[in-house]
Amino acid sequence: MEHTPPPFFLRGPAPLVRLAFFASLSLTLLVLDARFHYAESIRGVLALAAYPIQQAALLPVTLAEGVAGYFTSQAQLRGENADLRARLLASAQGAQRFESAAAEASHLRRLIGAAERIERKSMPAEILYSGRDPYARKVILDRGAQHGARAGSPVVDEIGVIGQVTRAHAFVSEVTLLTDKDLAIPVQVVRNGLRAIAFGGGNSGMLELRYMAANADIESGDQLVTSGLDGTYPPGLPVASVVRVERDSTYTFARVVAQPSAGIERGRYALVLSGEARLPPYPDAAAKGKGTKARSAKRKDADGS
Amino acid sequence: MAPERPQTILMPVRTGTIVASFACALLLNFLPWPNLALAPDFVALVLAFWCVRQPRLVGLATAWVLGLLVDAGNGVLLGQHALAYSTLAFFAIALSRRILWFETWGQMLHALVLLEGAQLVALGVRMAAGAEFPGWSLFVGPLAAALLWPVVAWLLLIPQRRTAEMDLHRMI
Repeated sequence: MEHTPPPFFLRGPAPLVRLAFFASLSLTLLVLDARFHYAESIRGVLALAAYPIQQAALLPVTLAEGVAGYFTSQAQLRGENADLRARLLASAQGAQRFESAAAEASHLRRLIGAAERIERKSMPAEILYSGRDPYARKVILDRGAQHGARAGSPVVDEIGVIGQVTRAHAFVSEVTLLTDKDLAIPVQVVRNGLRAIAFGGGNSGMLELRYMAANADIESGDQLVTSGLDGTYPPGLPVASVVRVERDSTYTFARVVAQPSAGIERGRYALVLSGEARLPPYPDAAAKGKGTKARSAKRKDADGS
Repeated sequence: MAPERPQTILMPVRTGTIVASFACALLLNFLPWPNLALAPDFVALVLAFWCVRQPRLVGLATAWVLGLLVDAGNGVLLGQHALAYSTLAFFAIALSRRILWFETWGQMLHALVLLEGAQLVALGVRMAAGAEFPGWSLFVGPLAAALLWPVVAWLLLIPQRRTAEMDLHRMI
């Protein structure tokens, strides 16, 4: 006859065994997510489960803002109105000039037979809150995959680039800011067309131009714009201005630090640009089957992010 | 040895209370905090509390699932908070008998050590994944959470306190 303890004493596996089990489960997930990006589908489901709670958490803030907005004084509104009208006038003039210049440019482009640039669609979005991760620089936008945001879409504000959508959930999307340590953006110096790649500087809030030769023609005050070479960012968007160039003969590369132009940590509204530039397929991918093409496109996305 | 202070006999906890408290903690966590470093991690705090109070009801499985939810909601590496919360739950359960003997200050100190430990686990995970150290302000959040311990303890035990009116037919 077997002697089993009464159910009152049964407490399942030992605590240490449980800890080992859950810790190894977490570590497996971590490795799968960090190294192989296999956990995206699980993340999508979990994010959808967390979405109502997130919305509920935002409710009091939206409400408070609504009430505060209701009581905005008339004088303030008037001032703002006048200011906006003046800015509209100024930008209308600029827009007219741009229209004619764009028409001229497309005409010239047709003349030399270059591929016409595709007009990009833009979608206004509001920054809901900054990501709750002290290790990365991210913000959450109120537009998601349902509205047309895609992972890889560039995000700009009224001045310049602020970042790139790195994860599009159903109703919100996650934007990695330019200053994030893991984000790189291809840039070009306006003055002389010198190309470079700007990397996020992390906590310093600056950008860093790596792999610039020590004798490269770059100086403090230079304006940097997107070069558009990656096919992700449209060319000519302001990115940053160089604030410091350190040249040390003991190193091969110069240390170039740039200050982002756009209000990366400030603004509330942003534009999500969509529609990637039409690029010809890679030569090797074109020769092989369709599957390889899709994979190389994916790899390009991963490189761009 | 027994605690010097008079102890009230609490009614048994209801599962609904625990679920509701975790939902509230998640809600507070997802509030758009202006400064992330100073914002306490409410989920970790409530989890530590229930692990100390009800180690047989709330355990590592709850901690792990909550951690996954927080990971997905915050958009961080999947498993980071799951690992941190599981470790937190393990030590909170291991220390639960001991912690309940202490007065408020002693309990707060224990909670501080537990929460800073969980933060250290998360830090270790991110450093291993290649992130840079975000600064010492990282350890202010757990401190704020530990300061909130008495408030949370008082709030979460309200449903278990007995009603004011006397019931003459009840023995205790």
